[in-house]
Amino acid sequence: MSTTTKEIQVGDIGARAAAHSENERMALNVGPSHPTTHGVLRLMMELDGDVITKCDPVLGYLHRGDEKIAENMTYNQFVPYTDRLDYLAPLANNVAYALTVEKLAGVKVPPRCEAIRVLVCEMARISSHLLGMGVFGMDAGAWTPFMYTFTEREKLYTLFEELTGARFTTSYTRIGGVARDIPEGWLPCVEKFCDQLPKAIDEVEKLLTRNRIFLDRTEGIGAISKEQAIAYGITGPNLRASGVDLDLRKDKPYSGYDQYEFDVPIGTKGDCYDRYLVRIEEVRQSILIIKQVIANFPGGLWYAEDAKKIFAPPKEKIMSSMEELIQNFMIVTEGPQVPPGEMYFEAENPKGALGFYLVSRGGGVPYRLKIRAPSFCNLSILEDLVPGHMLSDITVILGSLDFVMGECDR
Amino acid sequence: MIDNDFVSSLLKRFSFLSLRHQLDCLTLACPPNEVVDFAKHLRDEETFDLLVDLTAIDHGETADTRFSVVLHLYSLIHRSYLRIHVDCPDNDSPEVPSLNGVFPAANWHERETYDMFGIQFSGHPDLRRILMWDEYPYFPLRKEFPLAGIDVPLPAADVAEVTGAEVDPAPMMGGPFVSPGTGRMSESEPRAKDESWTEETIKQS
Repeated sequence: MSTTTKEIQVGDIGARAAAHSENERMALNVGPSHPTTHGVLRLMMELDGDVITKCDPVLGYLHRGDEKIAENMTYNQFVPYTDRLDYLAPLANNVAYALTVEKLAGVKVPPRCEAIRVLVCEMARISSHLLGMGVFGMDAGAWTPFMYTFTEREKLYTLFEELTGARFTTSYTRIGGVARDIPEGWLPCVEKFCDQLPKAIDEVEKLLTRNRIFLDRTEGIGAISKEQAIAYGITGPNLRASGVDLDLRKDKPYSGYDQYEFDVPIGTKGDCYDRYLVRIEEVRQSILIIKQVIANFPGGLWYAEDAKKIFAPPKEKIMSSMEELIQNFMIVTEGPQVPPGEMYFEAENPKGALGFYLVSRGGGVPYRLKIRAPSFCNLSILEDLVPGHMLSDITVILGSLDFVMGECDR
Repeated sequence: MIDNDFVSSLLKRFSFLSLRHQLDCLTLACPPNEVVDFAKHLRDEETFDLLVDLTAIDHGETADTRFSVVLHLYSLIHRSYLRIHVDCPDNDSPEVPSLNGVFPAANWHERETYDMFGIQFSGHPDLRRILMWDEYPYFPLRKEFPLAGIDVPLPAADVAEVTGAEVDPAPMMGGPFVSPGTGRMSESEPRAKDESWTEETIKQS
């Protein structure tokens, strides 16, 4: 029996491997449409093997020119646009915007309105954090917690619908008040929701908090030091996870937040795991705030009655009285009248400090409205934070920063 | 504490500052060539270490000083904001020194301000557009720029060559405060259009 041999050329394969070892970098493009980026963020990265050496975020895929639009419409007309900033917590955006204009106009809203606003802000925070924690677990490979958080979030959206008429784009506030009073029998529903929420949070915690795989993927990853966080202007849970005690609800109380008792959770290491823990605790604190609000819910009006040039009177009065009809007509056609001046106001939103810088030259249309989006500032650290991490860490880092591109690109 | 003593000591120490009265927080006007050193002083000596916002205002084409850059700083110790106005001396080619070296947070804010207003930040390491695409020729937040936008070539030249597509202005018909300019008023708002009458035919009772 004769054997035949065949020669195989391996030379060029070996040569190629040798060339690869010479510090060759690979360019990798993530996004703009990629499940990791939670929207339309694009990352242009340079990889050395599995390690990221350079990261250049590209923004603007959701840029709609909200600031330009604001200069061309009356104050109340811009409220629906604020829904679309951080579209996971539209109620909190509505409140922040209304408060900015009211502060410049010198309008003081009655206690009932303040209580409603605190209530919806905290509900929006819970809704936003539930989604944030759910998808963060998913980014780290844990699918089940998402099912729990989304079920709870769905209940919240039903409550939002009963209150505002919309699940997502609520447009609930008006300058000088809110669109309508809370419906009858709504508060007990909120209370019932708050009673059963801790159980669901416990379930999520059981699945994630001491989960070995989750810990391995998040502990020590994407650590932001205190100094770094302040230098990059990071705010909200991401800043507090780095150990900086800054919560505007405590430090610069607005809308009557100083009446309620709650704790501000602070992290120590500022890594992805700390950011997750801070959010979990914030949800529990928000439940406490909501319970306090409901326990002492003030009566009275839900709008500033004396702000004749700001808030339109109730419908039945418009239909029956001449003065109110004129008042309504002026507000609808010319907009709420705001005196000239500048106002910068920040509210503690779920994603961080949402700031509005309003420049008025009098009249019903803003001269300039700058939106200081927390997601925009929180993402600016990526260029510095990501290099040195493995490619697989990028999903966890992005998930833990919990940003929204609608707000980032405006 | 941010009180009168604090303000007067600042004004005494930095003679180039001037006070502007605003309702919400201490507002100081600072000339462009001094702003970097002043910001460094505020960060290191006065604990204003969080740059929360940096933007600009366009005061209009006819204004003496057309552009002002506006900074908002926050102090974690004082728990208060401080606003700095930096008026750009040159209306045609506004330029302000970059604060990137003092506050890394200024990097993206300055890119955005350049993108929207065309204000140059000298010393910025990477002054590219951030929200619009790199080849975009206009500065959209300037007051003379129309709300609808201006048509420009498609950023992807290879696609444009094949398809002949352009970036068109946004359709504004039906939007707020948009009158048709020419033609009938009843055609300006399709949503509210009542077919039974126009300005030329009398409404039937």
